[in-house]
Amino acid sequence: MRRLRQWGPGLLLLSPSLILLAVFVYGLIAWTTKVSVSDEHNALGSKGFVGLENYTKLFTDDINDRFTHSLKNLLIFTVVFLVGAMFFGLLWAFLLERGVRGEGFFRTVYLFPMAVSFVASGVVWRWLMNPNTGENAGGLNAVFGALGLDFLENKWWTNPNWGMAAMAMPAIWQLSGYVMALFLAGFRGIPQELREAAAMDGASTYRLYRNVIFPQLTPVALSALIILGHMSMKMFDLIMSVSGPQWLTEVPAVYVWQTLLTSDYAKAAAISIILLLLVAVVIVPYLIYTNRAEKNA
Amino acid sequence: MRFTRRAAVAAVSVAALLTATACGSSDDSGGDSGSKKVEVFTWWADGGEKAGLDGLVAQFGTACAGQTFENGAVAGGAGANAKSVLASRLQQGDPPDTFQAHAGAELQDYINAGQVEDISADYDSWGLKQAFPKGLIDNLTVDGKIYSVPANIHRANVVWTNKKVVADAGITKDPTDLAGFFADLDKVKAKGIKAPLAIGKDWTQLMLFESVLITDLGPEKFTGLWNGSTDWNDAGVTKSIDDFKKLLTYTNTDRDALDWTDAEKLVMDGKAAYQLMGDWEAADLDAKKFTDYGYFTFPGNGTTFQWLADSFVLPKGAKNADGTKCWLKTVGSAEGQKAFNTKKGSIPARTDANPTDYPKYQQAAMADWKSATQVPSCAHGSACSQGWQGAANSALGAFSTNQDAAALQKALASAAQQFVKK
Repeated sequence: MRRLRQWGPGLLLLSPSLILLAVFVYGLIAWTTKVSVSDEHNALGSKGFVGLENYTKLFTDDINDRFTHSLKNLLIFTVVFLVGAMFFGLLWAFLLERGVRGEGFFRTVYLFPMAVSFVASGVVWRWLMNPNTGENAGGLNAVFGALGLDFLENKWWTNPNWGMAAMAMPAIWQLSGYVMALFLAGFRGIPQELREAAAMDGASTYRLYRNVIFPQLTPVALSALIILGHMSMKMFDLIMSVSGPQWLTEVPAVYVWQTLLTSDYAKAAAISIILLLLVAVVIVPYLIYTNRAEKNA
Repeated sequence: MRFTRRAAVAAVSVAALLTATACGSSDDSGGDSGSKKVEVFTWWADGGEKAGLDGLVAQFGTACAGQTFENGAVAGGAGANAKSVLASRLQQGDPPDTFQAHAGAELQDYINAGQVEDISADYDSWGLKQAFPKGLIDNLTVDGKIYSVPANIHRANVVWTNKKVVADAGITKDPTDLAGFFADLDKVKAKGIKAPLAIGKDWTQLMLFESVLITDLGPEKFTGLWNGSTDWNDAGVTKSIDDFKKLLTYTNTDRDALDWTDAEKLVMDGKAAYQLMGDWEAADLDAKKFTDYGYFTFPGNGTTFQWLADSFVLPKGAKNADGTKCWLKTVGSAEGQKAFNTKKGSIPARTDANPTDYPKYQQAAMADWKSATQVPSCAHGSACSQGWQGAANSALGAFSTNQDAAALQKALASAAQQFVKK
């Protein structure tokens, strides 16, 4: 009874959000899992349990290997996006940290693209990345052509092999500022004493950053990677507005949508669960890591 | 004492939250008393489509006094948004009084799911079996029953031309077979137009491919592709893929980045001479004040009329079934079809319409509609279900990049295997 008094009111206060989470997050995950092992391939409803057939079919029996193709697209997109956004974010944060004039102004300039929705910027980037070259060129290709940089003209996202790397450009443009803000906070969080101590020990600037500052930024870098990583894996709106749903740029999230439109609920659910697992593979170790780090602190 | 106060605060807060949610959900169940409203669910929200719908509504107002029209249009995504909203409403057992669907195989999904009612008896009493051509009635009939009333007919296998570009290339008459078409394309190309045939992304490529299939297989074998009587591994399909691949060499390389209206603009700007598109292009070109266009049936299609139609149905569990039936009767009636089609730029499904009410292109299409062999279209849902359509679009999209003829045939054959029985 005493223990109930201890945590009872707290639990009662938490209960609305717990119930909502239980129903709308975990309940629906469970429901999706159930659909993904059924044979609900049309609006008629399910006739029975088929085990993991929907999953294995995605990898072995999908027409034109559509699903593995979408995974490959996602991989290219994610790698380019993460590397690009981390690179520019770190670079800008580093420059600002070194004391550029008008820091507040540049901070705002770099951070602003994040405020634009992917749909809005996607429409503009669709035009910028016009795949025509030569006399019909438009967008960036026309700019390159006008500057005499014809060799830079390319097919952007319509390139069958590396198109997804072009698709990552708008995402990098949009989220580098966010990574910069994270890193800048990280830089500012490092106590001045450490720098002074390093200076006292006669460390060069390079040694200061290499051995003192950057190691302290590891948690920030990891957070940034996780946040961008899970966004990247669920990427949908940007791709829908740049290329629309089509084979060339299809990623699992778009494939789910396409499958759902044709009422193939079981297949859509199976792709969703795979997508959830992919994100979980990234997120869960991170949660364990932070949990441990907090306990140790 | 401290505990009780904390507990009281907690209890009150929880209660407040719960009431808030309860309030939110309590006010959406009213409104269906009286039941004289007919909610018509479409994706016709603007342009000629909206004008056509308005014409139909005006006709509905006079023919069905006492009933009121309620617009349930969901805009965007060429119907994709509307279809997903519709699917969830049907699943929840809250159907609109009637909804728009492509006639033919696309309707099959709803029929299988038992979501639409058989209206064959009304077809007899409204005299529609005599008014519509037999080919259409056959296509609409599933196991002896008819489930929808088509509001209009569009033709898919039409090539649109920029007359000036074609004349500049010294072409004086329309090609009647593929060899002639290739020769003409070469002539236009020789005039410095690199991509004489304009095309857009996957589904427009599927339309072109279907036209080639009609030419190479003939109408009967083509229809058989969609009902299982023609094998997709047939040598004729292989030949079609080769012809289609050759046609693609005459098209713009940025095709995957274009929608059909972007491709249409290439024709209007004289950067291309030809485009294959459905005959809604006529209304669109007229609306854009581009008058110097010509048209011909895809070379080698002869008198084959590849049709698609928007139709309306009576959903199971419609709240106002009498109102819906009156709407359907209006849709099928001569006045309703005239009010709708003269504005939308399509032709009436009825064969007894008066051609002089319609613009020039439609008059020609109406004459063909009566006499031609009718075949359905997969890109527009009259030949295949939505799942099949999605798989075919994806396969054509892949072919556009990899140009692998064997892979395309294999993909189409396995799509047929997966979907043909459904």
